[in-house]
Amino acid sequence: MGKIIINRERCKACAFCASVCPKKLIFFSQEVNSQGFYPVEIRTEDECTGCALCAETCPDVAIEVWR
Amino acid sequence: MKQVFKRPRSLKDVSFHFCPGCHHGTIHRLVAEAIDYYDLRERTIGVAGVGCSVFVYEYFDIDVAEAPHGRAPAVATGLKRALPDRIVFTYQGDGDLASIGMSEIVHTANRGENLTVIFVNNTVYGMTGGQMAPTTLLGQPTTTSPYGRDFLQNGYPIRMAEMIATLEGTSFCARVALNTPANLMKAKKTVRRAFEMQMNNMGFSFVELLASCPTNWGMNPLKANERVEKELIPYFPLGTFKERKGTDHQ
Repeated sequence: MGKIIINRERCKACAFCASVCPKKLIFFSQEVNSQGFYPVEIRTEDECTGCALCAETCPDVAIEVWR
Repeated sequence: MKQVFKRPRSLKDVSFHFCPGCHHGTIHRLVAEAIDYYDLRERTIGVAGVGCSVFVYEYFDIDVAEAPHGRAPAVATGLKRALPDRIVFTYQGDGDLASIGMSEIVHTANRGENLTVIFVNNTVYGMTGGQMAPTTLLGQPTTTSPYGRDFLQNGYPIRMAEMIATLEGTSFCARVALNTPANLMKAKKTVRRAFEMQMNNMGFSFVELLASCPTNWGMNPLKANERVEKELIPYFPLGTFKERKGTDHQ
């Protein structure tokens, strides 16, 4: 089991994390952040394996991963 | 649960000014991770080039010197010779290193200075507004080549890593990309290896990282990653072009 924490104020919605997530758990939020982007959110933490691919591809280092 | 991924200690907890999907942020992280991995934070000095890479001093929690446009390898040479126990690296883009700084990089490599160069190649001048760089691919439209780069008028894109590898003074020279997780993992190891060469006093190490510039390419970040795969990698092949073994240098 894994857990990710997304810093929604740092996210710039480039969608790299969503494109590499093997379980397709990451999607865009409906609310904008202070930078004016729709940041990503995780759908459910139950299925996250903590593989950290999302964090590795994040250019803004906005994701932290626990496993 | 154990934390398996966190912000490297050498990277300050501030947000980057980079555009969405720009690989500069990823490269900053890879360099910071290499510095943390070898516990070099207290004795590392970075030298920033001019361009989007200019704000290195804002983001790294290390000492950083700012060099005039293209002159980062010359400034780094001075720092390393005056303070040989420090780890010195330059962080330069392609407009900085391959154009105005071509002379400095070639001579620094040829002298075999014991420092590391991080070269970010996104085939365009980023900060100044998307002008054509020496690395711009044939046919690529930019603000100063709106109909695409034409070799009759502008010549061919320069392959820096191959050129640096031909110089006798170079100890390590490689090109990596960041468009897929697999390439990213290789890039992480290569950046680490470049710092390792310097720590072992092996001489000049050079890493070229193929990066995307979604804003100036006029693409979304995912399409820009695809362009790296389809257009950049065929012209700029990935790999290690030179790696000196043992301690036969310096």
